[in-house]
Amino acid sequence: MLTKRLDRWLPLMESVGIPIAALLLAMLIFAIFVAIIGQSPATVFYLLYQGGFGSAFAWQNSLLRAAPLILTGLAVAIPAQAGMVIIGGEGALALGALAGAVAGVALSGLPPHGVQAGILFAGMLGGGVWIGLSGWLRHYRGVNETISSLLLSYIGIALLNHFVEGPLKDPASLNKPSTRPIGDVNMIGNLPGMEVHYGLLFGALFALVTWIALRFTTIGFSLRIVGGNPRAAQMAGLRVGWWVVGAAAMGGAAAGMAGAIEVAAVQGAANASVLAGYGYAGILVAFIARQNPLAVIPVAILLGGINAAGGILQRRLDMPDATVLVLQGIAFVVIIASETLSGRLRVWRSTPAPVKPAIPATGASV
Amino acid sequence: MSTAGATIGWWGVPLAVLAGAIRVSTPYLLVSLGECITEKSGRINLGLEGVLIMGAMAGYATAFATGSPWAGVLAAGLVGAVFGLLHGLLCSLKRVNDIAIGISIMLLGTGLAFFLGKPFVQPQAPMLSSISFGFWSDSTQIQSALQINPLFILGAVLAFALHFAFRHTRLGLQVRIVGDSEDAARALGYPVLPTRIVATVVGGFLAGVGGAFLSLYYPGSWNEGLSSGQGIIAVALVIFARWEPLRCLWASLLFGGASALGPALQAMGVSSGYYLFNAAPYALTLGILIASWTPNRALSGAPGELSLVRQ
Repeated sequence: MLTKRLDRWLPLMESVGIPIAALLLAMLIFAIFVAIIGQSPATVFYLLYQGGFGSAFAWQNSLLRAAPLILTGLAVAIPAQAGMVIIGGEGALALGALAGAVAGVALSGLPPHGVQAGILFAGMLGGGVWIGLSGWLRHYRGVNETISSLLLSYIGIALLNHFVEGPLKDPASLNKPSTRPIGDVNMIGNLPGMEVHYGLLFGALFALVTWIALRFTTIGFSLRIVGGNPRAAQMAGLRVGWWVVGAAAMGGAAAGMAGAIEVAAVQGAANASVLAGYGYAGILVAFIARQNPLAVIPVAILLGGINAAGGILQRRLDMPDATVLVLQGIAFVVIIASETLSGRLRVWRSTPAPVKPAIPATGASV
Repeated sequence: MSTAGATIGWWGVPLAVLAGAIRVSTPYLLVSLGECITEKSGRINLGLEGVLIMGAMAGYATAFATGSPWAGVLAAGLVGAVFGLLHGLLCSLKRVNDIAIGISIMLLGTGLAFFLGKPFVQPQAPMLSSISFGFWSDSTQIQSALQINPLFILGAVLAFALHFAFRHTRLGLQVRIVGDSEDAARALGYPVLPTRIVATVVGGFLAGVGGAFLSLYYPGSWNEGLSSGQGIIAVALVIFARWEPLRCLWASLLFGGASALGPALQAMGVSSGYYLFNAAPYALTLGILIASWTPNRALSGAPGELSLVRQ
């Protein structure tokens, strides 16, 4: 009976247990690395915890970083449902920020909620078109989506820099070239009782809706067939191209929304500060979450905390701010390598119950 | 206008473009040759971008510490080889995806290089010196255009050597068979995994050396913005070159020329659109990929075991 019950939990143990074990292993390797460079691993881990989750202030900081990470994580996780590895989130975020800022200025006559909706929609559109293009290239031209999305990402970043420092530059922004501000009244405010803006809620809702759609509607099923076996999907009457482009575009829309939120809730205009590496960190978020949209939320919070703690390591221990990048890199490699264990946790798998010998073995005859 | 420029007139322009193409193409050449070897064996290593940055940092730090730029080049290659070994070993585990491992190594290499390279952003390391092929001319312009860096010469020789090796040697055959069909390689008694691991280690070594070129010759300094995606572009270049080492050489030169266009126009006074010119290599790569890839058909010359081209 016990083994039967374990059987039911096995998939969950695999999908939760393996990443957690991998993260622990990554922390061990990181601890050795820290010890080699002459710092105390215990102190570093304590400061990581303090800086990420040790106080209300630290929590706020972590959640502020988690908001875009949820969305850039979805930018990888949604296309992954259709079998695509998209790594161009940073460029989609850049274009989302640009489109959002342009919309914010263009709609400035509307009431604030209308402006905010317009900004978010424009951001989603900008990012969605960009990554959707990667999906289109994959399906209709056969171009590998991983490489094309990264190249498009570099181009998107260049476009943001070009417009921010060129045609769309606000003459008043001298130190930090930016587009014209969207205006204080149109900024997205904070969640009630917290110093964290509504972007966190939007990101979490995006993840939740995606999860429900994938899990409880035929959308998820269709995507999995398309990703698993395009030819079978075609024969089943699915419009494969539509699904591939759609999944890529939805992922891009999530990253674009992250950019738009950075503009509407943090920066107030599009500028190079929105390029804080959230797009790249989102790849790690999605892989640790094993491409599960719901798991993206806690993983993004965890990673947001680690990122937030980078500053405290720099101040207290004089360690480079890239320290958290090293930890993330190690975690990423170990997580991907741990894929080899999936499906191999047979230790608990129930085998046909051993046939009990009718006659108890007598004595120590062995 | 310099007086030397007047002596050779307009010939200075193509000479400058050629010199620029050779200079900018060197990292593309080294990384794409390395990636070509790896992909020929049936694996793709997207992590070469991270290896490139790691090589740039290790090369610069070693050159600074030892005073010898060539020690830096060697160190960069060795660090690259270690990362290649990591990629090769991890990909040999069952169910581990080479593209995903590559992305993770890209992030790890970048993070480690930024972390370990922090103390080396300021100090000045000794640079690689170039070889002068312009001694026969009195014109300073010809002389400076024919200052060719030794790593490009090594890369060009290597391209010809690999071209020969893949066609005419047993080792080249072994790599090609392992990359084309695991089953055939096994039937012929070639070790599949060791061949792939060695091919990835060699690829990592070359990418590391390509990184050393960035920090020890051109632009010739170490900072966090040193690489601008050369590692990724080189991976795409291999596809464009259809897995032929000699075509990697021509493709790299083409790219060197395209990348040299932005600075050349800037020198002529075209100042707007700086970022767009910098994005030109990416757009060119994408355009070439779109043109050379056709749907529903395998790419000609593609190794059969390459996950990248299997749909």
